[in-house]
Amino acid sequence: MSVILTAVATLGAIGAGSAGILYLISQKFKVEEDPRIQEVQDALPAANCGGCGFPGCAAFAAACVKAESLEELNCPVGGQETMDRVAAILGQTASKTAKKIAVVRCSGTCEERPRLNLYDGATNCSIAAALYGGDTGCSFGCLGLGDCEESCAFDAIHINPETMLPEVVEDKCTACGACVKACPKDIIELRKQGPKSRRIYVSCVNKDKGAAAKKACNVACIGCGKCQQVCPFDAITIENNLAYIDDDKCRLCRKCVVVCPTHSILELHFPPRKETPPPAKEEAANATA
Amino acid sequence: MLKSFHIGGIHPKENKLSAGMAIQPIAVPAQVIIPLSQHIGAPCQPVVKKGDKVKVGTLIGKSVGFVSAQIYSSVSGTVLKIDKAMDASGYKRDAVFIKVEEDEWEEHIDRSEALVTECNLTAKEILDKIAAAGIVGMGGATFPTHVKLTPPPGMKAEVLIINGVECEPYLTSDHQLMMEKSDEILVGITIVMKALNVQKAIIGIENNKKDAVALFTQKAKAYPGIGVQPLKVQYPQGGEKQLIDALTGRQVPSGALPISVGAVVQNVGTLFAVYEAVQKNKPLVERVVTVTGKEVQCPCNLRARIGTPLTTLIDAAGGVPESTGKVISGGPMMGKALASIDIPVTKGTSGILIVPTLEAKRKAMKDCIRCGKCVQVCPMGLNPTLLMTLTEYEVWDRAEKNAITDCIECGSCSYTCPADRPLLDYIRLGKGKVNGIIRARKN
Repeated sequence: MSVILTAVATLGAIGAGSAGILYLISQKFKVEEDPRIQEVQDALPAANCGGCGFPGCAAFAAACVKAESLEELNCPVGGQETMDRVAAILGQTASKTAKKIAVVRCSGTCEERPRLNLYDGATNCSIAAALYGGDTGCSFGCLGLGDCEESCAFDAIHINPETMLPEVVEDKCTACGACVKACPKDIIELRKQGPKSRRIYVSCVNKDKGAAAKKACNVACIGCGKCQQVCPFDAITIENNLAYIDDDKCRLCRKCVVVCPTHSILELHFPPRKETPPPAKEEAANATA
Repeated sequence: MLKSFHIGGIHPKENKLSAGMAIQPIAVPAQVIIPLSQHIGAPCQPVVKKGDKVKVGTLIGKSVGFVSAQIYSSVSGTVLKIDKAMDASGYKRDAVFIKVEEDEWEEHIDRSEALVTECNLTAKEILDKIAAAGIVGMGGATFPTHVKLTPPPGMKAEVLIINGVECEPYLTSDHQLMMEKSDEILVGITIVMKALNVQKAIIGIENNKKDAVALFTQKAKAYPGIGVQPLKVQYPQGGEKQLIDALTGRQVPSGALPISVGAVVQNVGTLFAVYEAVQKNKPLVERVVTVTGKEVQCPCNLRARIGTPLTTLIDAAGGVPESTGKVISGGPMMGKALASIDIPVTKGTSGILIVPTLEAKRKAMKDCIRCGKCVQVCPMGLNPTLLMTLTEYEVWDRAEKNAITDCIECGSCSYTCPADRPLLDYIRLGKGKVNGIIRARKN
C-alpha cells in the first residue's frame, strides 16, 4: 500500500513542480496579443485566399487591428458586410467598396479564332506563354489551358471545353484576384459587379493594329474608336489599338455595345432590347452623322 | 579514353544527315524581314525609316545599352516599313521590312576571298570592331560577343576555349564551316586571343567529326598556343560549363560565370564572324543554317542572309515534306518548335529541323516512378524531378536553394524520363520565376 502512496506522491510532486516551472516560463515569455485580433479573425470568412493582399486571414486581421484607418483594407470575399463587422469591433468605419467580380476579357472561341497550330506541350498557360504567342493568330488572347481554373480556391472559374475559354461562376466568385495573378496573358480583370450584376466591358485584349487583330479573330477589338465617340460619359479610352471602359465612369447606357463593329463589347444581364434586330447599323449611322 | 565532362550526360542518336554537304549560298530573296531583337539584351532602335535606301552592311538598328548588338541590313534595297513581325520567339516584335533591289554592298567591306592573317589592332580596337559589327554567340544563345570578351573588373581570362563540339543531333553547320573556313577560324582565334590577352587556346571538337579534328590538328601547328582536343561524343558536351570541365578539368561554381575559372568560350561560327568583322570590315549579315530532317529531300547546309524567310531555305532543301508534324528552329534537344514557318532567319538560327508527325507527338505525362534517371543524366548535378515538383507547387525558396537557376535547359532530363514528364518545361518556368525573385530582391 505504501508503495502506491509513494508513487502517487512522487509523481504528484513531479507534476506539480513541472506545472509550476511551466507557469513561470509562460508568464516570463508571454506574448502580449491584442485580443481584438482574434475577434476580427473570427469575423473574417477564413478562406485564406490572399485576395486582400495578406498571406491569410490571420495576417489580415492583425493588419486591420494595427492600421489607423480601414480605408486601404478590404476583404473581397466577405465584402461590405464583413468589413462593417470588422469596423464595429475596432470602433472605426469601413470604407464603402463596390463589390467586384472577375471578368474574362477574351471571346475568341474556336469558331471566332481559328487554330493555326497545335500545342503539344505541358498543360499549363505559363509554360505555353513562355514558348510562343498561342495556337491562334492572336498572341494576346486566352490559351485555354486552365491556369485560372487551377488557381481558384472557390471553384468559381472553369474552362468551357466547347469554347476553350474560361467562364466565371458569378455566385461563387469572390473577387479574390487569384486568377488575375495566375493568368500569364493578363486577360482576367476584376470589375465592379454593377447594379443587378449588369456590366459592360470590352472582351478583348488584342493590341495589334485593326487589320491584324481582325484577321486573327472575328470578335477582336480593332481600335476603331466608334465606342469612344458615342460614349456620353467619357468612360472609354483607346490605347494601343484597344478600347477600355472605365467602370467608374460607365453608366451602362449600352450605346457602345451597339456601335461596336466586331461585337467585342459585351453586355451582361441586361433585359433584351425592344428594337432588335438590327440596331447596329442605325446607331452607327447616327453616330457618324 | 577521350576527355569529357564529369557529371551526367546522354547520347542521343546523332542523325547528322547533312554532314559533308558543302555550304551553298542561297539566292537573295525578294524581300527580307530583319527583326530588331536578335540577341539577348535590349532590342535595337531602328535608325532607318520607310523609303530609305540601304546597302548590304548599312546600319539599320542601333544598339541601346551595353548588352545589345547592332543590326545591319543584309541586302540592298528600299525600306518598306517598320512593323511587327513574328520571329522564333513566337511573338510579334518590331522588325525592318526591306524590298530587295540589286546586291550593292557598302564600299568599306572587303568581299574578296583572300585570307588576311595580319592584325595590328590593339585589344580595345578589336573589341570596338566586334561590337560595331553586331556579333553575337552564333551557337544559338546569341549573347553579344563584345560583352563576353570584356571580363568584369578584377577578373582575368587565362584560356580561350573554342566550341567546335556541335553536340546537338542533326546540326552540321559548325562542322561544315570548320571544314571550309579553317584558316579564317584560326585567324579569328588569334584575334580573340589578342583581345583577351591570353596565350592559350583549346579547340574542343567531338570525336564524331574526325575530319575536322585532323584538319585543325594539322593547321593549328602554324599557330603557337592553339591546341586541338577531340572529345567524347556526349550531350551536352557543347554546354559552356561542360566544355570547360572537359577541356581544363575546372568546374565553374554554382551561379558564377566561366570567367571565374579563367575561361572564355566562343563558338567556331562566332570566331569566323569575328574574322570577317575585324579583317574584312564585314558586319554580321549572313550565317550558315542546316536544313535537315528525316523526310527532307536533300538535307543541306546553306549560307543565308539574315532576314531570309525560312520557307525559302526549306524550299531549297526540297520543300516541306507531307509527313511534317513539327518544324524546329535549332536542334532537336535545345531548339524551339515554331508556331509558323513564315519567320526570318536571325543571327541565332543554327538549323531548321523538320520532324515527321510520327516523331513529333509528345506522349502523355505519367506519374513519376522515382527511378532517378533524370538525376543521373543532369549535367549540372541538379535534381530535375524535385525542381519540377517545387515549381508545380510554387515553392520558390526551396527551388532557389536547390539551384534551379543553374539549369542550362539542355533537356537531358525530359529526354531520358521513362514517364514522359515535361521536366524541362516546368523547370524553365520555375527558373524564370526564381530569377525574377532574385532580381527583385537586389533592387
